[in-house]
Amino acid sequence: MITNMVTALNNALDLCLEENSKAIILGEDVGKDGGVFRVTDGLFDKYGPNRVIDTPLAESSIIGTSIGMALSGMHPFPEIQFAGFSYLAFNQLAAHAARYRSRTRGNIKIPMVLRMPVSGGVKTLEHHSESPEALFSHIGGLVVMEPSNPYDAKGMLIKASHMDDPVIFLEPTKLYRLFKQEVPEGMYEVPAGKANLVNEGDDFTIITYGTMVRPAQEVVKENNLSADILDLRTINPLDESAILSSVRKTGRALVLHEAPLSFGAGAEIAARIGEKSLYDLKSPVMRLGGFSFPYPFSGDEDYWVPNKNRILYSIKKLMNS
Amino acid sequence: MIKEVFNGSIKNMQIMDEDGNIDNSLFPKDLDSKKLIELYKFMNLGRAVSNKLLALQRLGKVATFAPLNGEEAVQAGSAYAAEESDFIVPTFRNHLPFIIRGVPLENLFIAVKGYEEAYSSVLQKHLTPEVIAVGSQYTQAAGIAFSMKYQKYKNAVIVYGGDGSTSEGDFYEAMNFAGVFNLPIIFIIENNEWAISVPRSKQTASKTLAQKAVAAGLDAIQVDGNDVIAVYKATKDALDSVKNSGKPFVIEALTYRMGMHTTSDDPTKYRPESEVDPWKPKDPILRLRKYLASNKLWNDSMEEDMQNQNKSLIDNATAKVNEAKANPKAMFDNVYSFMPETLKEEEDEALKNNFWQ
Ligand SMILES: Cc1ncc(C[n+]2csc(CCOP(=O)(O)OP(=O)(O)O)c2C)c(N)n1
Ligand SMILES: [Mg+2]
Repeated sequence: MITNMVTALNNALDLCLEENSKAIILGEDVGKDGGVFRVTDGLFDKYGPNRVIDTPLAESSIIGTSIGMALSGMHPFPEIQFAGFSYLAFNQLAAHAARYRSRTRGNIKIPMVLRMPVSGGVKTLEHHSESPEALFSHIGGLVVMEPSNPYDAKGMLIKASHMDDPVIFLEPTKLYRLFKQEVPEGMYEVPAGKANLVNEGDDFTIITYGTMVRPAQEVVKENNLSADILDLRTINPLDESAILSSVRKTGRALVLHEAPLSFGAGAEIAARIGEKSLYDLKSPVMRLGGFSFPYPFSGDEDYWVPNKNRILYSIKKLMNS
Repeated sequence: MIKEVFNGSIKNMQIMDEDGNIDNSLFPKDLDSKKLIELYKFMNLGRAVSNKLLALQRLGKVATFAPLNGEEAVQAGSAYAAEESDFIVPTFRNHLPFIIRGVPLENLFIAVKGYEEAYSSVLQKHLTPEVIAVGSQYTQAAGIAFSMKYQKYKNAVIVYGGDGSTSEGDFYEAMNFAGVFNLPIIFIIENNEWAISVPRSKQTASKTLAQKAVAAGLDAIQVDGNDVIAVYKATKDALDSVKNSGKPFVIEALTYRMGMHTTSDDPTKYRPESEVDPWKPKDPILRLRKYLASNKLWNDSMEEDMQNQNKSLIDNATAKVNEAKANPKAMFDNVYSFMPETLKEEEDEALKNNFWQ
């Protein structure tokens, strides 16, 4: 089938609920409304109010109850309506979901898939455009995934549903309906922790994910550049070998994400390249991200999110240093 | 032996019924005809602004926006009852408190277009920006109330929130904090029956939202939220009470969200139009107009003058919002009280290399 990301995700959730009777969806407006982006559309009608549950408006309880369900035999798929509201549940994620396995020497597992829309570019209200992947990755114990296309979205969500870990599944709002792609009808998995080489070339490597994959591809194509583009897909844990093998080939690396530059995932990636591949480099590793302050009101968002101008500028800087 | 150790109850107040008839025994003495007309005008302006922003959003001239249609009495009655020195902490739907506090209309419009300039002078009017993260306003408001008391100011705090927001932990934590420290704060719960697609009945098993206050040791009342006179009186009385006794107050105002949640929402997906219909004759503006007309305080020509005046105010704000432009450099100026070296570098690079062309 040819579908956009919303339909691919909807289809994946449908298959997950069909496959596992212990799987449920819970969150704000996920029932009749089908979620504010319609990712859970139709599932309430199909699986009923016991499995597709409109919760009271309280993020901490959505995650806390999910943890309780997960450790006692269920497989919850909580949805937080926008990633900017996951901060209300941060304690449950950082202090509990991430730690249960290690604090019980593996006795207690938290199989849960927390879905939430991330990133901006669609003129929403405050807090609806956050890119908090680094916050969750920094904790350890939480798998952090972010697809950039419909095919990966479905396969990664299914993979997440088969894992025994708490997975933070970040869905870029801007990509929900941006483009369609051939997506298989049935079950398939996209491996966790594996980057995807979406463009091959010789002169430099762009390491990116989520909303920045497409603009990176466009800049490379429009300017006839020869570059590897790695779509990380899983941010934590990092596919370090894929990163290093590309960088060893090209000798130059640009790490690109929408999240604020300072203390972002790019810093982690650049540091690893520095530690393990410094002598393969022809120039210092470059980073490009949103500016180092919170996402602005929507009127200024196009000036904050890295655009193609800035990507090209960073590539030139990389090639000339 | 078993004995009762606690027993709570909640009362509901209505002063003006759907036809504009008044319960004279409850009519607030200070609410003279001049004030009533002013309230009526504010409610109308609020609705006109809401309609205009909706239209502008549909034309792509402003961004997402939460209409207040149907909820004018809750917002106007309460904000109007406050003194200018009382703090108001609004949510994303509370545009009327801004209007009543005299924030220029264009600022409201510019906020919806997505520019922070909109809020650059709110604190002077004892307002905070509209709060989008549901529920987070409550504990901050309790902090403001603490601060007022600590600094020996005589003013109180009014914090708004929706029915849905009462499910967030912050609501309970704020009431609890306010109760423990006896703070001059009024929580106004604008119960419009819906939190996006989730009805009030699915938000809590509690019969009223007001009774949640009782558990925290606060005073509480439920009012007909489409009766601006009842909202006014409840707020005025609560303000007197919190300023004197310090015991915080919760007012649950029963109203109805007549339109969509925001411009991104499609209510036909989850609520039948037949549910909306019975609320139409309860319209808060219509109700006050009936009262004013039957008491010879209002007539058609006054109505026409008011509509014209509102239109010119709104046209002026529309012209200003159409002119408003992004100012990317300003994003860098107010991140910290000082300019860090690393941020200056980001800014200089952006300016020097025309990132924004
Ligand atoms: C913490 C948080 N969670 C979720 C949202 C998304 N959201 C915005 S408004 C809303 C419903 C609010 O309902 P209610 O409190 O009744 O206020 P109303 O919209 O009816 O005025 C939701 C879920 C949000 N803005 N903040
Ligand atoms: Mg509501």
